[in-house]
Amino acid sequence: MNTNNDQMNIFLADDDEDDRSLFKLAFDETKLNSNLSLFKSGTELMEYLNQDDIKLPHILFLDLNMPGKTGAQCLAEIKANQKFRNMSVAIYSTSNSDKDIEDTLSGGANIYIHKPNDFQKLKQIIKHVLKINWQYHTSGLNRESFFLSI
Amino acid sequence: MIQEKYTTVYFSRISVKENDDEMKFNIVYQANLIPMAILKEQLEKFDINYVACNHGEIDILDEISEDHYKQLELSLGKYSIEILYDQKSQLVQRIKNILQEVAYDENQQLLTLSDYLSNQLGLSYGYISYVFTTQTFTSIENFVIMLKIERAKKLIIEGVQSIKEISYTLNYSSVGHFSRQFKKTTGLTISVFKKIVNNRKSKRTVIK
Repeated sequence: MNTNNDQMNIFLADDDEDDRSLFKLAFDETKLNSNLSLFKSGTELMEYLNQDDIKLPHILFLDLNMPGKTGAQCLAEIKANQKFRNMSVAIYSTSNSDKDIEDTLSGGANIYIHKPNDFQKLKQIIKHVLKINWQYHTSGLNRESFFLSI
Repeated sequence: MIQEKYTTVYFSRISVKENDDEMKFNIVYQANLIPMAILKEQLEKFDINYVACNHGEIDILDEISEDHYKQLELSLGKYSIEILYDQKSQLVQRIKNILQEVAYDENQQLLTLSDYLSNQLGLSYGYISYVFTTQTFTSIENFVIMLKIERAKKLIIEGVQSIKEISYTLNYSSVGHFSRQFKKTTGLTISVFKKIVNNRKSKRTVIK
């Protein structure tokens, strides 16, 4: 097992099974030194995150529209807790309304991703986001003003 | 074989006082743990905070002053323990430091970035660029753009300079060029970026 400190730790919370497996497939093809965990709902995600002594992800991809606990609710809980201050949140949504983008970034998300229809595009986006996020982790850049919308 | 990890040492001490009696001690030690124990002892001696990680790694939590550093290196040297540097990550850090300076330099550069890096580091640009890319997941060119946009964000948030002034400060040829690169890098227009920053600010004030 690779326990390299340089390994990126990534979470995805999405209730749609197809979206999850597509993301996983695209993610595997990026071949970056990283590790992906999948969550089926906001509730499952937050239960996991709220445990003690877990390894927090460098970045969380969060679907907005989930039954039960929504992505927006998860985001609010995450931002209210200091424990998660070093974790980037990427909203991963079918919506690309300006309002959703502004609201979630204003609410503390770092990245807003409009789910693409095209697999190649998805691969590019995941790779791009992970690379940019890594720079914020390794180069002491200001996470407070780290916003990206794609 | 477990035994291989342990070494038994016999040493004898000649007692001078008594009737030349020879005393023998047998000690058993685990060779791989010794350097770590010495290192910890030395770090504590110099009051340096550290965290022991897996695989015999130690994370130093403080900035070590150059003086302390030299003393530490000297002390460890007595035990034949040498500080090894990961040359590649060291090089990457040096490159980043130079790029940071470049991104914050008000003056136009006389040399191209590649010549400048090559001169400063005394290495070929091909090698510099190769090491940087393999270690950081990004290229030097993209990293410089990121740093420039980071600086732009900072200036926008400070709100002292106008967008036009900021684009001059950052050596963009025009406001249009600056706006386009900002949008391309962040996915947001400058005005939306400002709006988000202000929204966050007002939220924070509400919480306080």
